[in-house]
Amino acid sequence: MPPQATLQPAAPAFDVKVDFSLTINGRKHSFSVEPWVTLLDLLRERLDLTGSKKGCDHGQCGACTVLVDGKRINSCLKLAVTLDGSEITTIEGLADGDRLHPLQQAFVEHDAFQCGYCTPGQICSAQGLINEGRARTAAEIRELMSGNLCRCGAYTNIVDAVEEVVRQGALHKEAAE
Amino acid sequence: MIPFSYIRAGSADEATAAGKEPATWFLAGGTNLIDLMKETVERPARLVDINQLPLDQIETLPGGGLRLGALARNADTAYHPTVEADYPLLASAILAGASPQLRNAATNGGNINQRTRCYYFYDVATPCNKREPGSGCGAINGVNRIHAILGASDQCIATHPSDMCIALAALDATVQVTGPAGQRSIPFADYHRLPGDNPSKDNTLQPGELVTAIDLPDGKFTKNYTYLKLRDRLSYAFALVSVAVAMKLEGGAISDLRVALGGVAHKPWRRPEAERQLLGRAPDDAAFSEFADALLDGAVGQGENDFKIPLARKAIQRALRQAAAGTPQSQVDKRIA
Ligand SMILES: Cc1cc2nc3c(=O)[nH]c(=O)nc-3n(C[C@H](O)[C@H](O)[C@H](O)COP(=O)(O)OP(=O)(O)OC[C@H]3O[C@@H](n4cnc5c(N)ncnc54)[C@H](O)[C@@H]3O)c2cc1C
Ligand code: SF4
Ligand code: FES
Ligand code: FES
Repeated sequence: MPPQATLQPAAPAFDVKVDFSLTINGRKHSFSVEPWVTLLDLLRERLDLTGSKKGCDHGQCGACTVLVDGKRINSCLKLAVTLDGSEITTIEGLADGDRLHPLQQAFVEHDAFQCGYCTPGQICSAQGLINEGRARTAAEIRELMSGNLCRCGAYTNIVDAVEEVVRQGALHKEAAE
Repeated sequence: MIPFSYIRAGSADEATAAGKEPATWFLAGGTNLIDLMKETVERPARLVDINQLPLDQIETLPGGGLRLGALARNADTAYHPTVEADYPLLASAILAGASPQLRNAATNGGNINQRTRCYYFYDVATPCNKREPGSGCGAINGVNRIHAILGASDQCIATHPSDMCIALAALDATVQVTGPAGQRSIPFADYHRLPGDNPSKDNTLQPGELVTAIDLPDGKFTKNYTYLKLRDRLSYAFALVSVAVAMKLEGGAISDLRVALGGVAHKPWRRPEAERQLLGRAPDDAAFSEFADALLDGAVGQGENDFKIPLARKAIQRALRQAAAGTPQSQVDKRIA
């Protein structure tokens, strides 16, 4: 163990709490929190939104994936204060009342999870993938879902579920055109 | 995380004035810095959040070329229509790195300033000259499968982990910085440094200096290029060895060539004199084999990473063949053609 003294910052002159606001799953929240609180800890510890999971806390697993202004990121590596004014969507914000989101429905139908720990991150990531519009084939889905690990190894069914929703989206788009 | 104070910079001047104070760090996407702060590898007293600065544009330069804002996200850069059309080598290298989530958060300025993934650098219970100058190097005679085979010193054998930087090196990019002493432009080859006897410094930025943009020159390589990345798993893993090639062919001969290696040194590894030797030559196996030897001249293994020397040799030859044939490596279908 290194001596405790070396762990202290050089000049601990901090004006601790910072004020900011976020819209989370459609509801506006105002916060006054310490700058070192990550978005993941804010969601889980202060708002009781425990759907987003802490797998590794280091950007290595994707279990904490949420959408910020429609883009998927790892909430464990994002300081909440840096997101002032953003719109956050978590797994809790995807369903429409009692009606499951198409990705949630597809995950159920394709048996795309076992323990379920990675699932909220997988589904938020898949929604981000759909928003990006870069994945059409199963191979592209596999590559662009590679930021989400599944320790149960449900990968093939996850790809099937995502592919079905990507394909539905493409059909809807065609119908609308 | 160790407590710190936080300020949001409203302008580049404000950022650089604050940034030159001791123990003060710029915060961009946070995907590297926050990770290192959780491990107490980095212990800033103060973070200067630069995310509000208007440095996220990607725009064509008046004299040709493209300016990539320091705060443009890696994903937005790779998917930018001009980058896709005119600088596909850069798009490919970015998409070979990290994950979609990380690329959405990571910025261009943060990417070139990311720190090594050396295990000992991350583990504050072990010696590391980069983290704690003078404490020793755990990797020399230690676990060093991912370490350098070129340009290392007896104080540090770490590698630079970025994929994007390997393409930027091959494309002869320029880093634009602003700081307490004004603005300057740094050729990419001079941006990162070798460890020498001061491994704690990764690059040539001075205290308070802020990267504002990365400029790509006009010279486009849209046909004969490739980014070939070899790693322990097919996605979401750092390179063991990677090769960026930008080539031009005229009348069956090589008329322009830039090759940068990743995963092998403390900075992207290029040897312009070896590149020049190939000009006017036919793009054949004999030329590629000679070039691989020249680029790897002086390579030494550290034990566990000895395999990188033959791996790099083959990767260079394969990448040159891919570029010459106009069949760049796909970042989706990872089979190596
Ligand atoms: C699990 C994982 C896997 C990864 N895999 C890969 C991979 O395969 N390939 C790859 O290339 N990368 C990979 N990365 C690294 C990733 O690309 C970097 O973390 C990212 O690019 C850093 O950008 P950022 O904006 O988040 O930087 P930050 O974390 O905000 O900052 C990083 C450093 O840059 C400094 N900085 C930031 N902006 C500026 C500026 N404008 N001027 C001066 N200094 C600045 C900061 O002070 C800090 O020291 C991976 C990361 C993780 C967590
Ligand atoms: S190789 Fe460099 S970064 Fe790794 S332990 Fe040695 S000094 Fe530290
Ligand atoms: S908890 Fe964020 S990536 Fe693992
Ligand atoms: S379902 Fe268990 S980790 Fe994915």
